[in-house]
Amino acid sequence: MSRRADAPPDVPPDRPHVFSKKDLLDIDSITEDDIRLVLDTAESMREINQRTIKKVPTLRGKLVANLFFESSTRTRFSFEIAERRLSADSIAFTAAGSSVSKGETLLDTAKNLMAMSPDAIVLRHSRSGAPHVLARELSCAVINAGDGTHEHPTQALLDAMTIRRSKGQIAGLKVAICGDIAHSRVARSNVGLLSKMGAAVTLCGPRTLLPAEIERTGAIVVSRVEEAIDEADVVMILRVQRERGGGLGFPSDREYFDVFGLTPERRKLAKKDAIVMHPGPMNRGVEIDSAVADGPDSVILEQVENGVAVRMAVLYLLIGASGDE
Amino acid sequence: MSEAHVLIRGGRVVDPSRRLDQTLDVLLRDGLVAKVDEKIVPPKGAEIVEAAGLVVAPGFVDLHVHLREPGYEYKETIATGTAAAAAGGFTTVCAMANTDPVTDDAPTAAFVVRRARETGRVRVFPVGAVSKGLKGEELAEIGSMKAEGIVAVSDDGKGVQNAGLMRRAMEYASMFDLPVVIHAEDAGLAMGGVMNEGWVSTRLGLAGQPAAAESVMVARDVQIAALTRTRLHVAHVSTRESLDAIRNGRRHGVDVTCEVTPHHLTLTDEEIARSGYDTRFKVNPPLRSEADRAALVAALADGTIDCVATDHAPHHSDEKALEFADAPCGVIGLETALPVLVDALLVPKHLSLMRLVEVLSTAPARLFGLAGGTLAEGAAADVVLFSTTRSTHVTPDGFQSKAKNSPWVARTLKGRVERTWVAGHEVFARGGSPAVKG
Repeated sequence: MSRRADAPPDVPPDRPHVFSKKDLLDIDSITEDDIRLVLDTAESMREINQRTIKKVPTLRGKLVANLFFESSTRTRFSFEIAERRLSADSIAFTAAGSSVSKGETLLDTAKNLMAMSPDAIVLRHSRSGAPHVLARELSCAVINAGDGTHEHPTQALLDAMTIRRSKGQIAGLKVAICGDIAHSRVARSNVGLLSKMGAAVTLCGPRTLLPAEIERTGAIVVSRVEEAIDEADVVMILRVQRERGGGLGFPSDREYFDVFGLTPERRKLAKKDAIVMHPGPMNRGVEIDSAVADGPDSVILEQVENGVAVRMAVLYLLIGASGDE
Repeated sequence: MSEAHVLIRGGRVVDPSRRLDQTLDVLLRDGLVAKVDEKIVPPKGAEIVEAAGLVVAPGFVDLHVHLREPGYEYKETIATGTAAAAAGGFTTVCAMANTDPVTDDAPTAAFVVRRARETGRVRVFPVGAVSKGLKGEELAEIGSMKAEGIVAVSDDGKGVQNAGLMRRAMEYASMFDLPVVIHAEDAGLAMGGVMNEGWVSTRLGLAGQPAAAESVMVARDVQIAALTRTRLHVAHVSTRESLDAIRNGRRHGVDVTCEVTPHHLTLTDEEIARSGYDTRFKVNPPLRSEADRAALVAALADGTIDCVATDHAPHHSDEKALEFADAPCGVIGLETALPVLVDALLVPKHLSLMRLVEVLSTAPARLFGLAGGTLAEGAAADVVLFSTTRSTHVTPDGFQSKAKNSPWVARTLKGRVERTWVAGHEVFARGGSPAVKG
């Protein structure tokens, strides 16, 4: 294996390190090659995370600004750890709310930050499309860490990595995604990614929480959770929040658990070797029974672990390979 | 600026009020159309305007604009809004009531009329509110506003949710011979949606409002108009189902008319995806599907839709710079209406030139009983001169309006307004082109 002088360590050199876009805004706008590139790169990053000294100098001198306009623990920590392990300098800006409640527009905040020359902005925002506006206006890379009810692309990438590591591949798998599809950015990103990679996706949730014309994604849409889970290779359970549907999504947590909750009995309908996933945070006893969440098929903590590797890969591909290539 | 006599020579005169389409001369004198004939001998001292290759038509009439004064002068004023109207060939505009204060009483209506007289460049007629403060609870002072010159009533901007109030409004307004103009939107179904509900809203993760949020309200109000035997005008119709409800009402003898905007005729919800959440495409009612858009064009051609109204809705660029969900709804439309319609409907032959002038001028004037919409001898000299072959390049700096929230910025469109006269006075001339003295 030959290694180019300027290639950073621990990244497979046999693949062109070119991501097709300046930003990672959504799964919708990236290619299958981009997805494979991220997943392959993330495998190398994962190896770094298992060393005694979990740090490489790849992004030394690069500045990453983490803008979190919506509360988040795991995604924010995951990005921060990823940045540190790659030796990037990072700064954090957290504030709840939108432009309206803050009294400064998102664009103004970002332009001020831009004057400090960051290489990348990681944005979590409660409004769909917020990262797209930034990406259009700013010259640095913009990474969407979840925008409203639109997309959460790094979540889908870490889910894909988890699935691939467990099943060897994504194509041909039956994946059931159950929960509040209408308000889930995780669902949108996952349907897009898994469909692009050749999985058969079945969506399931209360009819009140299925968005219009969702079947045009190519996913099969069912209302009975048993039907969705039947013979599935992967069962992905989404967080439900009663307030999301304006009180009109479903009548009570108790009824939701009765009709849609992933219980050990329902788990048995999936394939014997099926894995159970959840993007977190979990409502135990609402969308998932603790016996399943903590059971042998659960890969929920692996998802978290892979999250750091995927975010390292995304940061590296967007800002690490620039300049002298 | 103006001359007592203007002779517009050799233009293609299109006057739907008399089904006239012929190359003729038009003489304007003392604020009136004095003569329309072949080879008029120019009176001494008359300004002569050579119009060969151009269309001479009755000035456009817009039943639906937001001039923002009083209260929102940072968005637009009567002066800038009517300058935009003149530049777009409009000689009469009807100003909606959602100002601050709301036009829901006589003094506010009188203020709009007075400001228009002092600062306006074209004729302005206020539209009064249906309910006090647009709250949808109690009737506004419709009778006193009529005395000050309102020409219709509307709570435009939001739907009147209470069917009982709508019934009373129709009955009450009919005493003053005023049409009720509805903004059809059922709040329960719309549920705060910021765009059309469908495949695009699903992809973009934006809350959608279903087409039915509009059409159930149209159907409801058509039935209330039947009940009260009054007349109803549906503002900015945008869905197929609304058209069905209107056709159905007419079949049963209900006096219902409607308007459509240039943006709903030419743009769809896909623009929001294509532009990456550009708030210039956020309007209410929202841009709909391609099937809806095509149905609106067909309905405008076949007469189901009576006229075009721009729903000119200026906003400050700071407001439109918010996130999509938070930005206000609306686009400006006065200065682009003619080129948009020429480019998208006339050139591809979806609409004839006669029908184009009719829906912009003659039909709306008739609907609200306004002067204008005709070049008959003796009529007010409200005239527009435009080209269907020259192009308009839409730029942010090219607007007379204070606002720049146009979805057509950076587009080049066939069709261009050259000159506009109100009561024989020139209120707009492209590039201030020098007049030829006769």
